[in-house]
Amino acid sequence: MRDLLILRVVTKLLMPFILIFALYVQFHGDYGPGGGFQAGVIFGAGFILYGLVFGLDDLRGVLSSDVLRAGFALGVLIFAGVGVAGLLLGGNYLDYNVLAHDPVHGQHLGILLIEFGVGVTVASVMVSIFYYFAGRER
Amino acid sequence: MVDFVGLYNYWIVVFLMMAGLYVVIEHGNLVKKMVGLTVFQAAVFVLYITLGKVRDGTAPIVAEGIEIYSNPLPHVLILTAIVVGVATLALGLALVVRIREAYGTIEEDEIGDQDGPAI
Amino acid sequence: MTAHLPALQVVLTLLAAPACILVRGRDLAFLLALSTTWAAFAVSCLLLDQVLTTGTISYELGGWAAPFGIEYRVDALNAFVLLIVSGIGAVVLPFTPRSLLIEMVGEKAYLFYCAFLLCLTGLLGVAITGDAFNLFVFLEISSLASCILISLGPHRRALTAAFQYLVVGTIGATFIVIGIGLIYGATGTLNMNDIAERLPATGYNRTVIAAFAFLIVGAAIKLALFPLHFWLPKAYTYAPSTVSAFLAATATKVGVYVLIRFLFTVFGVEFSFEVLPTALPLMVLAVLAMFVASTIAIFQDSVKRMLAYSSVAQIGYMVLGLSLVTVDGLTASVVHLFNHALMKGALFLAIGCIAYRQASFRIEDFAGMGRRMPWTMAAFTAGGLSLIGIPLTAGFISKWYLILAALAADEPLIAALIVISSLLAVIYIWRVVEAAYFREPPPGAPTGEAPAALLVPTWLLIALNVYFGIETSLPVGVAEHAARALMGAGP
Repeated sequence: MRDLLILRVVTKLLMPFILIFALYVQFHGDYGPGGGFQAGVIFGAGFILYGLVFGLDDLRGVLSSDVLRAGFALGVLIFAGVGVAGLLLGGNYLDYNVLAHDPVHGQHLGILLIEFGVGVTVASVMVSIFYYFAGRER
Repeated sequence: MVDFVGLYNYWIVVFLMMAGLYVVIEHGNLVKKMVGLTVFQAAVFVLYITLGKVRDGTAPIVAEGIEIYSNPLPHVLILTAIVVGVATLALGLALVVRIREAYGTIEEDEIGDQDGPAI
Repeated sequence: MTAHLPALQVVLTLLAAPACILVRGRDLAFLLALSTTWAAFAVSCLLLDQVLTTGTISYELGGWAAPFGIEYRVDALNAFVLLIVSGIGAVVLPFTPRSLLIEMVGEKAYLFYCAFLLCLTGLLGVAITGDAFNLFVFLEISSLASCILISLGPHRRALTAAFQYLVVGTIGATFIVIGIGLIYGATGTLNMNDIAERLPATGYNRTVIAAFAFLIVGAAIKLALFPLHFWLPKAYTYAPSTVSAFLAATATKVGVYVLIRFLFTVFGVEFSFEVLPTALPLMVLAVLAMFVASTIAIFQDSVKRMLAYSSVAQIGYMVLGLSLVTVDGLTASVVHLFNHALMKGALFLAIGCIAYRQASFRIEDFAGMGRRMPWTMAAFTAGGLSLIGIPLTAGFISKWYLILAALAADEPLIAALIVISSLLAVIYIWRVVEAAYFREPPPGAPTGEAPAALLVPTWLLIALNVYFGIETSLPVGVAEHAARALMGAGP
């Protein structure tokens, strides 16, 4: 689809908006509707769109399989790590109250970090699944 | 009659559930099996979302002048179940790809013919 | 730190799984997996000790109080199941680096360890959680991970076996989630103890009965109760032997645990067995499983497939025990849960040793195995004796308690059926033993013992089979403790 001018231009125009919207959904998640799952999928969808239009090789130049693999491992580690941080700071597992000096602040920080971990994992898993299926015939 | 129509979303749930299960059992094509499985799971999502609806309730976001909110918990549960469903679908399709590479077909009966007795 | 043991039980392996992906190296990933699995085993030992001395432990995740937050609740029953799962994991894992499986996947071995750890996390999570929906999520984690493990089998049929396992397992899990949804609609809560308290107030209406049906059928698919067992023989036959050993000893056991938990804790003895006549169908299915699956096992040409069918039969014994609805019956069930994990683990590991030398598991290819691989075949025979229930083995203890429970419940027919079905086990084990010891090895057959790294875990499980056949205070004591709690007034 490289030679379809309209697709290429529209994709390039849309990409920043998709990614910004993903980041908005990600970081607004502790106040309103949103969160890591949705943001991760939107973020991943942006890259998948890019891959569909410009080809897998171009996309691999941006996000290599190694980066993705590290991404989904790190995301889970962030999630579990926040829980362990709660343990080490004297609360229960996944207790956000102890993460900052007052509980409300701690809850904000906790959910933000957790959702960040979820978002990283979901985005990289989505793109990895796309790589797996799209790159299989080669 | 009013009850029958008023509970229409449950009828949709039952219909989707049975349709999905039927496809899983009936079709020999592995991809269609995955489609059926996904429809079957989607029926459960609809069931949960239906449970969360409170009559006259709005979206569960705190706002001025609104007193009745729908129950957000089923939505959260179903978000998790959807992720599980996506993982299942991805794994299932990945297996179908591997099966196709190993057998050259994704029809169940053709696969069954190709192997000899058990090892 | 002892207060946080319930969280650590699940988190250790959960943290190690992605870490395996980050370290990449084959040996490093193995060491990481090994150390965390052993740590998880240590945690479950400490938990069991703690439960037996201080009673039920409740742990609130995130500090949210019980009915609202997710609660991890450890009593004698699930502490014991945790011990079985993590213990088998700790014994099976050292087997892997020299097994055929790892040599086949080569540099990608770290992905195997990641899937193994995730599977372990899921199984431990199912056992420890006190929240019904959380149980579903962990169940799916374990079944997706075990599906990956099964698909790694050497034969291409492993792929179709894994696919079937995935489809059937997902249907089972979805049934469970429908049941949980209906219960949530009826009671407005997901905490298992809270559900148990609120259910009587619903008057056991039709929603609750439908939920019960979905949950029990879903659990029956997961634990491969006859006639919903059809996915199991294929999956265990074509999975790598290490994986078969691990799954046969843990996954179906966790399924039985889920069934016991729903029948006895969530719905309660009164509803499950007095309002609804659940005991009789379960008993009939269990007896059918014992006979039909054992008979099919006799006619199998493949030893591995024979062991898989024997698993279905053994699950029948476990369900039979609980369907008596007495303290003795439940005790026998839980004891058999433990003992069967030991013997099936040992038998499949012995098969794994044989896989190191030859690819075929057909009985005629076992000819002369007693001379070609004496230690392996001796382990197989000892495991087989335990499976039959010869005195001084763990299997005897299970059968003994099961027969006593049947007699105490005034069911002499059931007791007789248990003895007769054990004779079927004699036949199918004998066929292998006969081939291995009384037939000449074919000329040019691969000869030579498996490496020590494979033999030591196998013999460790055999030794445990003998040890727990003589010294029964641990399994029987804990099982009795658990059974009393389950049969008592609610949780």
